[in-house]
Amino acid sequence: MKILKFLFILFFIFNINNVALAKSNDQLELKISKNLRCLICQGQSIYDSQSDFAVSMKLLINKKINEGLNEKEIYDLLIEKYGEWIVYDTNLNKNTFILWGLPVLLFLIGGAIILKKLVFRKV
Amino acid sequence: MKNKILLTVLIFFLIFCFAIFLKSLNTSSIYVPEKSEKRELPEFVATELFSNKEITSNEIFKDSDFYILNIWASWCAPCREEHPQLMELSSNLSVKIIGLNYKDNPKKAKKFLKELGNPFSTTIIDKTGIIAIEFGGYGIPETFIINKDKKIIKTFIGNLTEDALKEINSIIK
Repeated sequence: MKILKFLFILFFIFNINNVALAKSNDQLELKISKNLRCLICQGQSIYDSQSDFAVSMKLLINKKINEGLNEKEIYDLLIEKYGEWIVYDTNLNKNTFILWGLPVLLFLIGGAIILKKLVFRKV
Repeated sequence: MKNKILLTVLIFFLIFCFAIFLKSLNTSSIYVPEKSEKRELPEFVATELFSNKEITSNEIFKDSDFYILNIWASWCAPCREEHPQLMELSSNLSVKIIGLNYKDNPKKAKKFLKELGNPFSTTIIDKTGIIAIEFGGYGIPETFIINKDKKIIKTFIGNLTEDALKEINSIIK
């Protein structure tokens, strides 16, 4: 009886782990597919698009997650095949430095202007 | 004086915006993937169309200096148009042509090859479209040139034109 109980607990723990893993994999698949651009329905994400390409891409993402690849490895793999354009959230490199740098620059300039006005007003 | 500076800045800004919009009007908004040169050939296992047996990429890509992988389907009209070009290429013995039958009905695919001729030394089935994506394909027809080091050296998107055929011949000669 004790062995049976022990086996039941083991089975229960194993199943809980499997369910949790499947859930986290589903969430990762969802996150990746929302950050990828469909090359057929340009302007839609892989998650939103129902094109043949997007359907196959979702299957590929699922396959790669099950093979043990992490989020970054999947993005790198797809960037190598389709270029940086396929991801919405691009990495910082020589092609995207204006995209990432300009808002920071504008924020700093704006901040400096406001600061200057405030200091002058006090004086 | 201050107003004059503001007006000049505003005019320059408007000219700048106008130039950007004018340039955008003459630029295509349709993105075509920038394929990195000499990409690695993906490793996969697929089913052969005629024998229905499983075959690995290592078994397919061996014993040739160049390989041409063509993504096609019987339901794709441009594939029918480019078929004579593939038949012409198949007469070149220094190249092995592999067909990737994309999301197709096997019966219709066999009928298509029977009707127009079979240029492929091996035809593999891609029911889900995953193999096409592993190659970096995003539509059909699409053709990839692979060298003996198993690197994808050239991609042709769309049906093979006479110019593309000339380019392929210059690569594989």
